[in-house]
Amino acid sequence: MTGPKIDIGSFWLPKQSSTIAPSIDFAWDVVLWTCIIFFFLLMVPTFYFVVKYKRKKETEVTSAIDHSTKIEVVWTVLPLVILIALFFVGLAPWVNASVAPANAIEVQVTAQKWNWSFRYPNGTTSPGKLVVPKGKPVRLVMSATDVLHSFWVPEFRVKQDAIPGVYTSLWFEATQLGTYTVQCTEYCGGPEGDVAPDKPGGHSDMLATVEVVDEQKYKDFLESGGEDKSIPIAERGKKLFQQWGCNACHSLDGSKLAGPTFKGLFGREEELADGSKVKVDENYLKESILVPTAKVVKGYPPIMPVFQGQLKDPQIEAIIAFVKEQK
Amino acid sequence: MSVAVPGAGTEKHEHGHGSPPGSNYWNAEKGLWSWLTTVDHKRIGIMYLISTLIAFSLGGFFALLLRLELLTPRKTIMSPAMYNQAFTLHGAIMVFLFIIPSIPGALGNFFLPIMIGAKDVAFPKLNLLSLYLYWTGALFTLGSLVAGGLETGWTFYVPYSSTTSGAVIMVTFGVFVAGFSSILTGLNFIVTIHKLRAPGVSWYRLPLFLWATYSTSVVQILATPVLAITLLLLIFERAFHIGIFDPALGGDAVLFQHFFWFYSHPAVYIMILPGFGLISELIAVHAKRKIFGYKAIAFSSVAIALIGFLVWGHHMFVAGQSEMAATIFSFLTFLVAIPTGVKLFNWISTLWRSSITYSTPMVYAIAFLFLFAIGGLTGLFLGMLAVDVHLHDTYFVVAHFHYVMMGGTVFAFVGALHHWWPKITGRMFNEKLGRISGIVMFIGFNMTFFTQFILGSRGMPRRYYNYLDQFQPLHQFSTVGSWVIGLAFLIVLYNLATSLKSGAKAPDNPWGGMSLEWQTETPPPTENFRVTPKVTHGPYDYSNDPNATGASDS
Repeated sequence: MTGPKIDIGSFWLPKQSSTIAPSIDFAWDVVLWTCIIFFFLLMVPTFYFVVKYKRKKETEVTSAIDHSTKIEVVWTVLPLVILIALFFVGLAPWVNASVAPANAIEVQVTAQKWNWSFRYPNGTTSPGKLVVPKGKPVRLVMSATDVLHSFWVPEFRVKQDAIPGVYTSLWFEATQLGTYTVQCTEYCGGPEGDVAPDKPGGHSDMLATVEVVDEQKYKDFLESGGEDKSIPIAERGKKLFQQWGCNACHSLDGSKLAGPTFKGLFGREEELADGSKVKVDENYLKESILVPTAKVVKGYPPIMPVFQGQLKDPQIEAIIAFVKEQK
Repeated sequence: MSVAVPGAGTEKHEHGHGSPPGSNYWNAEKGLWSWLTTVDHKRIGIMYLISTLIAFSLGGFFALLLRLELLTPRKTIMSPAMYNQAFTLHGAIMVFLFIIPSIPGALGNFFLPIMIGAKDVAFPKLNLLSLYLYWTGALFTLGSLVAGGLETGWTFYVPYSSTTSGAVIMVTFGVFVAGFSSILTGLNFIVTIHKLRAPGVSWYRLPLFLWATYSTSVVQILATPVLAITLLLLIFERAFHIGIFDPALGGDAVLFQHFFWFYSHPAVYIMILPGFGLISELIAVHAKRKIFGYKAIAFSSVAIALIGFLVWGHHMFVAGQSEMAATIFSFLTFLVAIPTGVKLFNWISTLWRSSITYSTPMVYAIAFLFLFAIGGLTGLFLGMLAVDVHLHDTYFVVAHFHYVMMGGTVFAFVGALHHWWPKITGRMFNEKLGRISGIVMFIGFNMTFFTQFILGSRGMPRRYYNYLDQFQPLHQFSTVGSWVIGLAFLIVLYNLATSLKSGAKAPDNPWGGMSLEWQTETPPPTENFRVTPKVTHGPYDYSNDPNATGASDS
């Protein structure tokens, strides 16, 4: 499966990569060692008795002692004290994990079979990739559009369901630069047939990545809409073409889908719904991406969603470069 | 303290209209029709036993398929759609058609009346109706296999279940009907225990299996109607588009989870309490010792049944319920550990100064103590709020509930099946093979499921068809473990099946048990006892220690 590897920090747990992870792992260690001690307290006598009191002859005398109020009280009250302690040990870090700092960056998260989409306060929208600055608290405000999903980054120790119709939230502050895998942890089904060739496993392929970057890179990301300038522009355009789902309505091989094919599109003269004509150039493409209903080509329904505010100029340029290449 | 002699305390009466000498419930009547129309609790128990074992085999078959698919990430043998159906059916069959009805339906039906010296349950015809309801429910549930399948998971979470094209209505209807079987059986058992105890069988002379069954019955009656209502609402939502749970229709998705777990968490105790009861029987009989802490064990069953109603929210710590609710549910969840711990402590104390045979039932009982200790203790991780957030919906949870449900209930069930096999069938199984099966199952179980604790805490979510490549070695080890478990069940099947043909004839009381089922013939006659027994001692009065006082501090 494609997704960054989860770095394992100890035998049991992934590496700690958020500010709350150490306190949660402290709770883990407390309960783990409590359980190990209790397990041996139970099993050592069990196996000792099993060996010691193995039946040697049929007429063996067995004890008639059938209760002891003292010992019953001890093994009721002592565990009760320990359990109440465990409750508080588990409660404390959870309270911190439940209340986001007031200065947290808010990111809107939309979960939809089988994709995660992240939208920043300035309108930048990033499908499948959450970019966050190291050392800054980030609050995710989540919702789902279809069924339940759940957002989990093991290294951050945070998890929260995304539910249609309501907002839920979680927060974290990343402490380590790097790339992390988001896994969906609320079962959301799988595709029937070939509808999602890039997500054949449905629920189990509903991954995203979290990129923890430094302050400067985070600023660049917000301004550029997350474009990596080191990749050739048309190639970036192709990626956007797939990520944003353009390929659902625009073919590259000339076949007619819900929208005009991109094959030979650039430079072509198109007849519009009102009978006028337009030459497909950079300006027409940009307008049609931002406000698609402005000039709809004749014979096609005006169903394309508006991308104004979602795609940044560098992204639109990349898409135009990609369209130009489809000769 | 009375001297323990099997059979002592049963007073012989002349009895007017018993079945002829030498007849038993197997040969009293002949032919399939006599079975299908029987009101004999033992025959109904046998039919439950066969039915639930078929369900178990089917559920187990799906489990082996799932493990095989998980041998590699991406496709090994089946498509994602098939995988989703396989884990749904594995869960639904194991929960609704095997583990809930198995112990009460099969062993409870067979032994509850005998253990209190009754001729039958209070309402024999109602008992038969329960069986037919179970069969009807099972037919609908399994009918989904040919009616488009079901891929919602056994939990039927909305809005997935209210929008999918799968056979949701059919399966939920099946579960709905099977639920009534559960309710009626519970009702029958409660009335039977209250009204039909033989002379001398006081409440504190009830075998602990019956205390557990009684507690289970209370939960069945109180909780199952909530499941029925929930499933009915879900059916209404799908069929008539009445918005109850689906946000698209104005409903509340989390409400479904509250309703569902309000039943399904108590149902966890429906699944495990009878297993607790069985372990008390196995340990006392095969260690030939008076049970330690009889009242503590008996009332801890009742306590678990009651507290079990107040903890459902711990399934929803990350589901969007309020922080206050989560905090309260976390606290209450820890309280369940108290009566559970009390049971373990008392069972282990029962082994102290006892006389333990390494018989097949005892091997399973010891395996139970080991596995259930792990299953119970790992529940503490999941009760802790901060830790549960990380572990929720991962393989850690899968491992935890398999340690409880399989390591607990199934091991107790298989142990008890061997324990009572001679009484039920009149045949002895091969002891050596029985012990081997228990040890092989124990090894395979730990290979399969301990691995899953590690998978889960390291980051492997449950219900995943595909997974990160780094998890493959652990998944492979777990899959190999599942084959070892499969082998163990084949040994059990072979051993029990061959015993029917070539096993030695079983005596009335092969283990020297004190409770009433061992005081009647093997196999029992239709009316259970030729004469109504009069009981003068408790079910675990094994001690022949002449200096015994009964209490260490009295």
